[in-house]
Amino acid sequence: MAGAIIVIVLAILALIGPILVPTREQSFSLSDRLKAPSADHLLGTDDMGRDILSRVILGAGISMRVGITVVVASVLIGVIVGAISGYYGGWLDEVLMRIVDIFLAVPSLVLAMAIAGALEPSIENAMLAISLVWWPWYARIVRAQTLSIKREEFVAAAQSLGVPVPVIIWRHIIPNCVAPVIVQASLDFGYTVLTAASLGFLGLGAQPPKPEWGLMISQGRSYFPTSWWVATVPGLAIFLTVMGFNLLGDGLRDVLDPKLKE
Amino acid sequence: MFAVVIVGVSVITFFLSTVVPGDPVRLALGQFATHEQVEEYRRELGLDQPVYKQYAHYAGRLLQGDLGVSIHTGFPVKSDISKFFAATFELTTISMIVALLIGLPLGVLSAVYRDSLLDHAARIISLSGVSMPVFWLGLLLQLIFAVWLGVAPIGGRVSSQVSAAHPLKSITGLFLIDSILTGNWPFLLDFLKHLALPAATLAYSSLVIITRMTRANMLEVLRQDYVRTADVYGLPRHKVIGKYALKNALISTVTIVGLAYGMALSGTFLVETIFSWPGLGRYAASSIINSDYPAVMGTTLLVALIYTVLNLLVDLVYTILDPRISYR
Repeated sequence: MAGAIIVIVLAILALIGPILVPTREQSFSLSDRLKAPSADHLLGTDDMGRDILSRVILGAGISMRVGITVVVASVLIGVIVGAISGYYGGWLDEVLMRIVDIFLAVPSLVLAMAIAGALEPSIENAMLAISLVWWPWYARIVRAQTLSIKREEFVAAAQSLGVPVPVIIWRHIIPNCVAPVIVQASLDFGYTVLTAASLGFLGLGAQPPKPEWGLMISQGRSYFPTSWWVATVPGLAIFLTVMGFNLLGDGLRDVLDPKLKE
Repeated sequence: MFAVVIVGVSVITFFLSTVVPGDPVRLALGQFATHEQVEEYRRELGLDQPVYKQYAHYAGRLLQGDLGVSIHTGFPVKSDISKFFAATFELTTISMIVALLIGLPLGVLSAVYRDSLLDHAARIISLSGVSMPVFWLGLLLQLIFAVWLGVAPIGGRVSSQVSAAHPLKSITGLFLIDSILTGNWPFLLDFLKHLALPAATLAYSSLVIITRMTRANMLEVLRQDYVRTADVYGLPRHKVIGKYALKNALISTVTIVGLAYGMALSGTFLVETIFSWPGLGRYAASSIINSDYPAVMGTTLLVALIYTVLNLLVDLVYTILDPRISYR
């Protein structure tokens, strides 16, 4: 799929971002403030005279870090909760699934805002907040998978051999849940970046002078609409990044789960 | 079940508003409060009591509809919220209706005329819509239509000149309905102009999800045997789709509406901030910036309540539409 190729290139570019050392990163010069895009500053300068292109590239590093951390954390929590819930069933399943329902009762961004709002505004707390909001989805996916895998013969075989339950879960059940989790995770990477940017926009994520994209947009609003590039350029970065991951996720889904393919 | 969820959410909001934040007492009294004043206020707020007792008080107050007092404005959160509720309700509902009116037909047509130009265009729009930060889209629309083209106002719900010259009699609190009911056409026109950009922004994000899912559902339905049978029997295509396929695909759409409304509710926080729409979203966003925990928690609870009730309705409608499913 041509889309997948484009996407992989995009994803690699996004990954190289943090390693790429841009020109004039945090150096600001007030005489250069709010300059429109030109040959010198391809994407213009912001209110402190900082080169926006450099800040956007640095912002890619922040977004990647947030995305990876949140997705890994949510997957870990979600997989463990889902597998245990699905395997044991009974009242444990009921309780855990009710907790999942409670978390899913509030739209994700709203809950993330509430959690992040209650904590000190920082990138770490934003990551915590988003992870807390995201794990229920994985729990549900894994639980559903576990319920069907539980009935397979090899599980019964392992049980009759006296294999301890944690080992069964670890070695047999979880590996079979991997496919839908990977698809969901790659899609979620994009949504995580989006949510982190939204939190940053509201002042709940990265704090100045960090070049986080959402924060840059929010700060850029003060100079809107005359110096419109300050606010709009980081948004373009978010858009392209999220689109890249969505394409990647769609591509992965086509490859890993042909049943879902149209 | 519903009760459990609401109680659970209230536990979360309680936890977030009282246990987690640093020290609300110091925050309220300021830096120069003496130790005695701090302790006194703490006792007044009941913060020296064990956590479960505090929760009992909190829950009791909630049941009476008391959402606490805003740290920032000093008014009860409940009255602040009711002031802004109508504006948000209006924006989100109208946006949802627009999104459905465009998204549903687009999704259906996209599925029926699969791989056509329309289908590809729709898919590209959907993909970009899903990837776009909603506040960025809002900024872009503001830039293009309000600033560069000058065809729409930059923000607000209605301009003060129009509001003063043609005051609106408030019947429902919803400007659209009230202005039509009272025949206040200048007001209506001005309101619609203000509504255009924020509604378009909000509708877009819901629209793309609706289109995507409707397309997927419709494709699923079109693959079914009974559709093929109807085709083979020589039934005209439009009848096959209109009479059989559509109805079954639309059942799943009901679930999508729930999801899309959730997205609209989340998006409204950001869209209202950008367009200075005087609603709950903007109120919540500024409360967050002001560390006004009671206000934030009150709003979160309300949003959770609305979302849960909506999903409940969706479930009920689902059971009505599909006789095979019965409510647990």
